[in-house]
Amino acid sequence: MNTNIRADFPLLRERSGIAYLDSAATAQKPECVIRAEADFYREHNANPLRGLYEISQEATDAYESARAKTAAFLNAESAEEIIFTRNATESMNLLAYSQGSLLRPGDEIVISIAEHHSNFLPWQMAAERSGAVIRFAECGADGSIPEERFRAQISDRTRIVAMTQVSNVLGREYPIRRFAEIAHEAGALFVCDGAQSVPHLKVDVRELDVDFLAFSGHKMGGPMGIGVLYGKKKLLEKMPPFLRGGEMIEYVTREGATWAELPHKFEAGTVNAAGAVGLAAAIDYYQRTGFDWMIRREEELSRCAMEALRSVPHLKLIGSDRAEEHHGIFTFTLEGVHPHDIAEILSADGICVRAGHHCAQPLMQHLGVRSTVRASLMFYNTEEEIGRLAESLRSVRRRMGYAE
Amino acid sequence: MQNSFYREIINDHNLRPMHKKEIEGANAEKRGVNPSCGDDITLKLRVKDGVIEDGGFTGDGCAISQASADIMLDMIIGKTEQEAERLSEIFRRMITGKVSDAEIGELEEAGALIDVSHMPARVKCAVLGWHTLDAIVQGENTEA
Ligand SMILES: Cc1ncc(COP(=O)(O)O)c(C=O)c1O
Repeated sequence: MNTNIRADFPLLRERSGIAYLDSAATAQKPECVIRAEADFYREHNANPLRGLYEISQEATDAYESARAKTAAFLNAESAEEIIFTRNATESMNLLAYSQGSLLRPGDEIVISIAEHHSNFLPWQMAAERSGAVIRFAECGADGSIPEERFRAQISDRTRIVAMTQVSNVLGREYPIRRFAEIAHEAGALFVCDGAQSVPHLKVDVRELDVDFLAFSGHKMGGPMGIGVLYGKKKLLEKMPPFLRGGEMIEYVTREGATWAELPHKFEAGTVNAAGAVGLAAAIDYYQRTGFDWMIRREEELSRCAMEALRSVPHLKLIGSDRAEEHHGIFTFTLEGVHPHDIAEILSADGICVRAGHHCAQPLMQHLGVRSTVRASLMFYNTEEEIGRLAESLRSVRRRMGYAE
Repeated sequence: MQNSFYREIINDHNLRPMHKKEIEGANAEKRGVNPSCGDDITLKLRVKDGVIEDGGFTGDGCAISQASADIMLDMIIGKTEQEAERLSEIFRRMITGKVSDAEIGELEEAGALIDVSHMPARVKCAVLGWHTLDAIVQGENTEA
């Protein structure tokens, strides 16, 4: 048991009055990540992959070893399969522009209704450009997508299936391994949005057998501005570049150019080396602290939150009524009070939650809710914080002028 | 909204709005939406010879958006469009923190929303009703 985990997080130490329950938006950063990023700039700063002098070589080594560490963390076959981007959103756009340019009129893209706009709008764009069609696999009221419902959207015209592993609204995990298998049987590629899963589950890209997977470093304690696109090497090799410019070429003439080898073909311009180093420090932190322990702790906290929220009158939880199907994400409404008013009252009590549509408007429309509140947990949260949340929620209706 | 006196005014207009209703003979109508937070109102007015004879709103949203629209209607019914526009201009300046005490006095209960000037995320909610009013008065009137 790791009792003093909060001591590792400067913000949690220094703003001790705050209950931070918005880790699904971005996680707090451990000291080691903040230091690793700063140390890169203090001690090794030079433009990686360019200079032939010593510190440039050090910068290159730091950047490339972050790539190797990320590859090992996801169990990718090789480091070339890891492309650094700014975030999951950029990873999805890279794919939708590049892989999307290979689509033809009449091709089909299947996504789930639960997608974050980041894994929806890029595909909507790819469909508009190519004349492909988007089909939606819909979820039930508990958020689940039964296999038959998924399969019903797949046909011999399906080229790409893009789905999130864990929903940022429902917290539910989808059976990605099985869905990828079904997609592959139909001859389609499978793109997985790992933004909410990579920080909270052990994600093994070879075990899932997904073709691509995107995530953001900042949701697992890494810095903002560093994200990852994993892709199978043989697929990445066939894809055209996304952005063009420095450091992604092999040879350039007045008439044309040939592209650098993977992964540099997809990393045009000066990269976020310090961010990558920070992400590597976050991965080290997970391994040092123990991913198994983190997962168990988040399960405990989820059970505690489920019980606490159930005790709040007039509260309606979205999605499953089983704690283990929430992965620390609890989205709800409180009868008669608009979510923004709830978030404002919680904020007055020092509790940080998210209110709104959570960048998943098609899902909200499908579930018939306009706007909701989301509390999300990470291993560094405490039962005491969850207690404060429930306490504050119990007072909201009274503070909004209701008799009870 | 920490000040409990202001909170009460807003709660009261949110829970028991006087003007959240259809009105008879409306001849001007406009929908106002804040896409990011989902506040969505439709404002209807009956205007004769430049005077706002009656008005009402429908829709839903957070307490601030609903209370602000209700308070606005309290203030503008019976006034000329010109006078309503003048109040709207003062209200917007209050929300951005640039008004005198005398002007706040003129805003009557709408002055209860002054705290919003410290809450950037709620500014759009507070001005939604006024913004919709401006759209009507400034002639973008759509008979939807
Ligand atoms: C499921 C999911 N996908 C994608 C994203 C986008 O992440 P980012 O904003 O870091 O690109 C998020 C973040 O909220 C998410 O929850």
